[in-house]
This record gives sequence, C-alpha cells and structure tokens, in this order.
Amino acid sequence: MGKKLLLHNDHVPNIHTYEVYRAHGGYASVEKALKTMTPDQVTDEVKKSGLRGRGGAGFPTGLKWSFLAKPEGVPRYLVCNADESEPGTFKDRYLMERHPHALVEGMITSSYALGAHTSYIYIRGEYFYVARILEQAIREAYAAGMLGKNILGTNYSLDLYVQVGGGAYICGEETALLESLEGKRGNPRIKPPFPAVAGLYGCPTVVNNVETIAAVAPIVNMGGEEYAKIGIGKSTGTKLISASGHINKPGVYEIELGVPVEEFIYSEAYCGGIRNGKKMKAVVAGGSSVPILPTELILKTAKGEPRLMTYESLADGGFQTGTMLGSGGFIVMDEDTSVVKNLFTFTRFYHHESCGQCSPCREGTGWMEKVMQKFIDGTANESDIDLLWDIQGKIEGKTICPLGDAAAWPVAAAIRHFKQEFIDIAKQKKFNDVKHYYRLNNLTEA
Amino acid sequence: MSTHAHGTQNFDKAKRATIKFSDEIMAQVQEIIKRYPTGKQKSALLPVLHIAQAEFGGWLSPETMDYVASILSIRPIEVYEVATFYTMFHTQPVGKCTFEVCQTSSCWLNGAEDIVRYIEKKLNIKVDETTKDGMFTLKTVECLGSCGTAPMLQCGASFHENLTFEKVDALIEKYRSENRLRSYTDLDYNNTL
Repeated sequence: MGKKLLLHNDHVPNIHTYEVYRAHGGYASVEKALKTMTPDQVTDEVKKSGLRGRGGAGFPTGLKWSFLAKPEGVPRYLVCNADESEPGTFKDRYLMERHPHALVEGMITSSYALGAHTSYIYIRGEYFYVARILEQAIREAYAAGMLGKNILGTNYSLDLYVQVGGGAYICGEETALLESLEGKRGNPRIKPPFPAVAGLYGCPTVVNNVETIAAVAPIVNMGGEEYAKIGIGKSTGTKLISASGHINKPGVYEIELGVPVEEFIYSEAYCGGIRNGKKMKAVVAGGSSVPILPTELILKTAKGEPRLMTYESLADGGFQTGTMLGSGGFIVMDEDTSVVKNLFTFTRFYHHESCGQCSPCREGTGWMEKVMQKFIDGTANESDIDLLWDIQGKIEGKTICPLGDAAAWPVAAAIRHFKQEFIDIAKQKKFNDVKHYYRLNNLTEA
Repeated sequence: MSTHAHGTQNFDKAKRATIKFSDEIMAQVQEIIKRYPTGKQKSALLPVLHIAQAEFGGWLSPETMDYVASILSIRPIEVYEVATFYTMFHTQPVGKCTFEVCQTSSCWLNGAEDIVRYIEKKLNIKVDETTKDGMFTLKTVECLGSCGTAPMLQCGASFHENLTFEKVDALIEKYRSENRLRSYTDLDYNNTL
C-alpha cells in the first residue's frame, strides 16, 4: 500500500473529535504556519508541492492562489467547494464525515495563506447531516482556540461557517456556487472577471475543493518538495478515488498517484476485482463527465503502455483513446451492462441539472435525453446516432460554464467506443433491459 | 403554481398569520444572518428556506415564502426564483416522509430501478405521487454521493444505503409507526459510512 496523507488515521476510533484528532498530530500545520511562516511562505510550499485541484479540473492550486488580488481595505474570502455532485464521486463526503477536522485544519491554514478572515464551506444540501458534523468540529475548534480571534495567541483571526445548498449540481461550478452563497439561483457568471478578482460579494475569492484544502495541511507539515516526491511527474501527492459499480469492494481509496489502473481494479488492496466473477466491460474513470473507455483502453493506452492513475496517463491519447482523472469518481461496469442505458442515466442527469441559462445546454441536454429515451424504448433509428453526435457537438464549447462540455463528452465517448450497441438496438427495434438488482442478488422477480 | 399568478396580496390573511417562527427558531435564524457581512443577509436565504420548509409542513407555500422574504428584507420574487430552482425545496405539498431514490449511473448499475418499482408496488403509488394517507411521497433524484453504497434513498436527513427489498419493508414500517414529518434539518440522521 502506498503513502496515506488524508486517510492515514481512518482506523482510529473517534478521529472525528477534536481531542483524538489533535492527539494524532492534528492542527500541526496551523501551529507551524501561524507561528513560523508568513502567508506567502505557505503559498510557496503549496506551489512547490505541485498540488492540483482535486475537484475535477486539476488546475495547479498554488498558481490559483497567486492570482488572488489583494487590494488594501477589501476583504478576501476562501470558499470551500463541498458541493460534491459529480455522479460516481463520494470522496469529499467520506473525508468530511469521518475526518471533519482535516477540512477545518486545511481551511485555517489556507485562509491564513490567503489573508482571509471569514471563510465558508459551501456543502450540497443533501449532505445536511455532514454539515452538522462539520459544525460540531468547528465548535470544537473555536473552543480550543483554533478559530476566532487571535488564533494560538497570534495576530491572525478567522471565522469559519458552513453554508448548505439546496440541491443543484451546477453549484459545483465555482461562480454558480458564489451566486448560491449570495442567496441566488445557481447561474454561472461570465468570466472574466474571475473570482480571484471579483468573487463573493464582488471581493477577491479563492474557491477550492474539499480534498484540495485538506491536502494543504500535510503539504505544510512535510514541505512542498517532500510532497512533490510522491506520485509521478506533474501528478504529485495522493488522491482520493471513489470506486463504485460492479466491483467487489466499492469505497473510497487514497492512492499515491501513479498506481496502475489494472492494479487498482483487481488488487485486493483496492477494488478487489469484478463482482460475481464477471468480466469487465467499461470504466468511467473520473466522474460522469469524462469519456467512458472499454476495458482494453482503460487498462492500456493506444500505444500499449499500462495505463496509470495519473492526470497524464489517463488523458493519454486525448479523447480519441483516452479519458481524464477528473474528480476520481471511478465507475466500473461488468459485461452484462448496457453502455446505452448507462448513458441514458447520464443524459437524464445533465438535462435535470442544466441551469437553463445558455440555449445550447438548456435545449441540447433535453434533446439528447429524448433521443436516448428512444433507444431505451426501442424506437430509435440508426440516424438517431448521427443526431446525437450532431447535438453533442453543438453543445461542447458553446456555453458559459463547463456543464455543457460535461454533458457532451459522455455522449461522444459512448458513440465513439460502443457504436455497435446503438446500431443493434436501432436495427432490432428492441432494447433488452437488465434488472440489475435481481441479477446481482441472484433473485427472480416475483 | 397557480397562486403565484395572482400576486401576494390575494393570499388568505388568516393562513398567513399562522406562518411565524417560534422565538427559539427565530434566534437560530438571526444567528445565521450574522454569518454574512452587513447588508448581505440575502445569503441566509437557502439555510432559512430549509428551516421554513421543516417548520411549516414540509413544503414552501407562497405564504411561507413571503414570510421568509419579509424576514430577510428581500422581495418575494427573490425567494420564489430560488425556491423553484433548487430540487430540495418543495413548492407543492408532499407526504410526511419523502423517499428520494437515487437513479444515476452507480445506483442504476446496482438496481435502483428495481428498488423504485418495488416501492411503487408496495405503497401503491407512482413516482411523484403521495399515498392517500399523506404519509409517503416517492421521488427519483440524481446522484446523492452514495455511489459506493448503492442503491440508496434519502428520507429527510438520513441516507439509507445498500438498500434491499427487506430494508425498504422495514423502513416503511418504522416510519409509518413513528408517523412524523421527516426534514433535511432533522438531528436524528443515520448514516452508514
């Protein structure tokens, strides 16, 4: 097993309490940063670490921080994006639920680096009970002098609040999140200006994912250079992977970036292979938005090299033969799975979650769902495949925010790699649905 | 909803008078408003709507939304547009227990559709319908971040995961006997992580 920096205390009972977390080395980064480092030195360590945004985009965190405008007399904000909603992704929930203080610690250290004195954790509304767990951790941190005025006797003060959303995938997009935090509909803003210049209440703001912020604590503790030694190339450090679907051991795994995909799927240390002795058919490696790949392309690149769990290796071959690490939402499908039906659930999802602001996305996602419904009903024609291809191409790159791209990519990839499935349905005028609950539990329907 | 078309002034005054937070809840609301800079109290809208929905019957009536607008000193339309945008806010009455079954990829791969059909049969309702006794509403929702413990449903604050038909039976029986409104803001959540 590789190094663990976020879930290393996963086995410790009551690690969700301040006392136990502190006894296991928690809040060391707050002490180190506030007492021995300047804010810029903290940012420098994050830059050196090579840490990349763990929400999905993979943008270098230190660079994002360095864009933050710092005009005199204007408050700056750090907002944690805990609006985890990408289908297949549940790592942030796991981290917050079991290790709430890891996020609180990361928020304090990161807020110090950015010069923020009020910070918010925006969490999706459905995780209401997780917000309760975070609020309890924050109360404990205040009581211990880790939050509030003059933290640890220094001049630095910080207030930290949890904000619950109302159920909208789009609020994971950072400008939609800020709109929502201001009490509005989650409509993404046109950029520029970027949040680093005009974010929350028009003030300079950094928005970072839960896992990204939590990773700042070990980076400060061990130093950015040490952190950068973990992983391969520009994929430094560890990453939480949410593994689900037809595998023996679904769950959240912290991996050192660089683990071979084959090992991740079949090793007992991770997913433990495919359920019920079935063969694997396809994998969605980084959340619903990223291209689905058939078994041969997820295990090996088009050049025949073993595919690794890194940003670069998963993207090898571009969208023709590769995919993306994305959010780390790793969905595995066995040989009895219909890629067409899986795509239908994705198109329904994006149609439901489109905010309706841009026509290509608002109209296009609905249109794609309708065409996919024809395949499920067995009424589709072969020309509907071309229609789908045409629609997705007219959404991609033509919207204010990346939801349009996220809706288009899975459609393109399913057609690219599994076109025969679509053709078969169109030719036979019949879709053979699989009742997965009965199948997986060896039951016959009553 | 049709009442929107008539504007706010036509609502039943007697009905509106019953929409009022208790002192205790009002104190909570005031604490929430303090989280934001002066003049940015609109930021409290989503948290306060959650509380209002839990306090006033599990849904947001026009009267409830107007009341929230008055507390936050914003226009009613600013509340309506938010309440109708987010899926967790119900602008029509729902049952005391709303079963929200996740149907996206990983849950579907693990049999969410069969769970939905089972609940439909068991409660004798279809998706988006409420049982005649007002006890249960069935909805399908998109990914709730429970993919590794699929299939699942949310009811109020609780996630019910690794669902089986037997677990669904037990849940229905338990909730029916407890016979109370389940809200996202409930403190007695259970989770299986």
